[in-house]
Amino acid sequence: MRDRTEGPLLRVEGLEKRYGARLGCGGVSFDLWPGEVMGIVGESGSGKTTLLNCLAGQLAPDGGRVLYDMGEGMVDTVTLDEPARRRLKRSDWAFVHQHAHEGLRMNVSAGGNVGERLMGMGARRYGAIRAQAVDWLGRVEIAADRVDDRPSAFSGGMRQRLQIARNLVTGPRLVFMDEPTGGLDVSVQARLLDLLRGLVREMGLSAIIVTHDLAVVRLLADRLMVMQGGRVVEAGLTDQVLDDPQHGYTQLLVSSVLQV
Amino acid sequence: MSAYNFAYLDEQTKRMIRRALLKALAVPGYQVPFASREMPMPYGWGTGGVQVSAAVLVPEDVLKVIDQGADDTTNAVSIRRFFQKVAGVAVSEATAQATVIQTRHRIPERALEEGQILVYQVPIPEPLRFLEPSEIETRKMHALEEYGLMHVKLYEDISRHGEIATSYAYPVKVEGRYVMDPSPIPKFDNPKLSMAAIQLFGAGREQRIYALPPWTEVVSLDFEDYPFEAARAPHACDLCGAGDSYLDEVITDDAGGRMFVCSDTDFCGERRAAGHVGRLGESA
Amino acid sequence: MYVAVKGGEKAIDQAHDWLAEARRGDPSVAELSVAQIREQLALAVNRVMAEGSLFDPDLAALAIKQARGDLIEAIFLIRAYRTTLPRFAASRPLDTGAMRCDRRISATYKDLPGGQVLGPTFDYTHRLLDFALEAEGLDRPAVPAEADPCAMPRVTGFLDAEGLIQPEPPCEAVPGDLTRAPLELPAERALRLQALARGDEGFVLSMAYSTQRGYAKNHPFVAELRIGALAVEVEIPELGFAVEIGELELSECETVNQFTGSKSAPAQFTRGYGLVFGQSERKAISMALVDRALRWRELGEDWKGAPAQDEEFVLSHCDNIQATGFLEHIKLPHYVDFQSELELVRKLRRAAGAEVRAGAQADAQAAAE
Repeated sequence: MRDRTEGPLLRVEGLEKRYGARLGCGGVSFDLWPGEVMGIVGESGSGKTTLLNCLAGQLAPDGGRVLYDMGEGMVDTVTLDEPARRRLKRSDWAFVHQHAHEGLRMNVSAGGNVGERLMGMGARRYGAIRAQAVDWLGRVEIAADRVDDRPSAFSGGMRQRLQIARNLVTGPRLVFMDEPTGGLDVSVQARLLDLLRGLVREMGLSAIIVTHDLAVVRLLADRLMVMQGGRVVEAGLTDQVLDDPQHGYTQLLVSSVLQV
Repeated sequence: MSAYNFAYLDEQTKRMIRRALLKALAVPGYQVPFASREMPMPYGWGTGGVQVSAAVLVPEDVLKVIDQGADDTTNAVSIRRFFQKVAGVAVSEATAQATVIQTRHRIPERALEEGQILVYQVPIPEPLRFLEPSEIETRKMHALEEYGLMHVKLYEDISRHGEIATSYAYPVKVEGRYVMDPSPIPKFDNPKLSMAAIQLFGAGREQRIYALPPWTEVVSLDFEDYPFEAARAPHACDLCGAGDSYLDEVITDDAGGRMFVCSDTDFCGERRAAGHVGRLGESA
Repeated sequence: MYVAVKGGEKAIDQAHDWLAEARRGDPSVAELSVAQIREQLALAVNRVMAEGSLFDPDLAALAIKQARGDLIEAIFLIRAYRTTLPRFAASRPLDTGAMRCDRRISATYKDLPGGQVLGPTFDYTHRLLDFALEAEGLDRPAVPAEADPCAMPRVTGFLDAEGLIQPEPPCEAVPGDLTRAPLELPAERALRLQALARGDEGFVLSMAYSTQRGYAKNHPFVAELRIGALAVEVEIPELGFAVEIGELELSECETVNQFTGSKSAPAQFTRGYGLVFGQSERKAISMALVDRALRWRELGEDWKGAPAQDEEFVLSHCDNIQATGFLEHIKLPHYVDFQSELELVRKLRRAAGAEVRAGAQADAQAAAE
């Protein structure tokens, strides 16, 4: 790995998105450092998914900057031209959707799904692509003999793991995740979280995870932002925020979960 | 036919098409939108090719029209007659004598030369169409050179069939830039796409023109370990004995009898005239 | 000795002769004149003019005769003729409010200035075969002429005056011409309307019907349907004023659709529009519904994934000349490509067969050991 500049990987400054008169999210600023996992929590409608989509270039914000370390200094990805942004999205960045079918090609085999990013970046040796796909299926605990099956034949948990393999195969530096465990059974969730934690550590990934589930952030996130009504109401180290919440809304969130 | 301009189209329309052709030649493999006219033959029957031919024809030209490699197929006859009627140009079945050759589905066996123009009729110009139905999206993919999906298709072929299961309209990459549909020629013809003649592709219904200048680098998409293979029936022509030409399979009776003959009728005829005889042929 | 298939030229000639014979039918039956078609099959003539996008009843009637009554074939003949015609000028925009209406109805008002005029409509006829028409030489019933045709202001004008309907800001831009420039997507509304006006009546009808059945429902009311004649004027630069060059018959439909509105903007109705050559009200109403469905983005509605909302889908598939040409071309020879597929399938089957045989052999060996 080449040396990085001694700075954050991602710097967000005054990000804002409006839907007509309504605020989607506003006044959001933070730094994300290499290898760091940031959790964004809040109830539905709090603006966390809007924020994630703005950060990941899926939505155009109305104000603010999203600076990313492209190797030669920080570049504002909001004003970046579309070719460069799309290149970034399929190489250095990854996006894990809540619903696996949004992030997978359902009519393409598991191997083809994992191989697409490799081929998109120029891989032209079938054997090598397939070997790498099989290797990645193993890393997300999918048996090698499922490599030619389509995701439509997979269970929900398997689809989600396949989506993760498809995203991580090119070794991205920054992963955006939108409720990665949403809609899965509790036992399946635990296995997925375990797997994600292992991969994040092992690959030294930076990640931004949006969730309404505090158990997810406690397990995965180094730092936490709590959102309400489109604004960040509290931010800090995960343990600190969860164990000693300062803001009334955070206290409410934490207590409602802990009582369950 | 004095009611119509030379080669049917009015001069202004020809100029519009020629501008599109020049642009297409300047950016090989790029699909140039053009204002395709309604022609007196149906869309899908070569209106793109006919418009391109009409725009490049001059009175001194010698025109050859083939369909499936043959001069005598009905649609080839119909288009050749059209130009005889509206342009009064000389026509020929001899590949060597023609200056403009309009074709559907084949490249002639005889190597074309400098000074000749090969005009293809194209039904669907977009090689990504069956992977991505939206035109807005495919134009973006070409602009940004996002061709990963094309290889996903080839990958899926190999995982399912053990080899790339595309036998015609086999996609190619032009000068390392644009992925192009060579029209539904059999993949046997793909290696000939790099040639001395100018190649022009016209898609009337889809309103697109693209082109390959002489000796453009044209590479059939493949994997390093599953390289592109030009395929033909493993036989020799039963009439002229050629072992390297593309063959049509002809069913001769209802007891499974069949024979193989050159799809390029001019090529086959010339060989027989020169004394070559196949399994079922008679010497000329 | 096999002789390669020859005789394409001769076959074509004979097929064309046969076609001419079939077109004429039984020679003991009197030949149909173009004037008869024009006068007595007027709605077929109208459809050919509309989808051929050329207003010329005589040519359309000739095309129908030549096409043996196949209207899509007739439209094709008209299109191929139209494409060769030079453009002399663009007319001034038509003011359909000044139309001399044969028919004018509104579904949104019981009565209105100018009144409801039924005109020559099939509505309210009982669809019973009228065997009296089999007899020839029937008298033409006389319709009493309108004593004093009164003004018929457009219905949407009333809503407009009250601010109840979304305004259509006047646009000075020259609309594009589908027949002279390639269709680029996304297309603006003027181009969409152009494509729909030329589009296949059946296709546009089905698209409109699908919106009524819930695929992008937009709750249309026929504010007004008017059919009648209208003068066409052309500005003559040398003269400095406009002169009337002829008259068109048109069908126009304006729909009033479900309102939009938000906290900041009060509710307003929205519009759909259809305009077609000749008397062709089914097409005009269908067009207005599809036009409205295609406006979802501009009117701030949700994308519901309905075919009638999908501009690329509708515009790419509404033209019956493009559709029929491409569809029918699959009857042309494809044996070169088919041969290529044949070889591939044989090869794949050989490979699979070898594997199966190898597997069976291994099994047999294992069993023997």
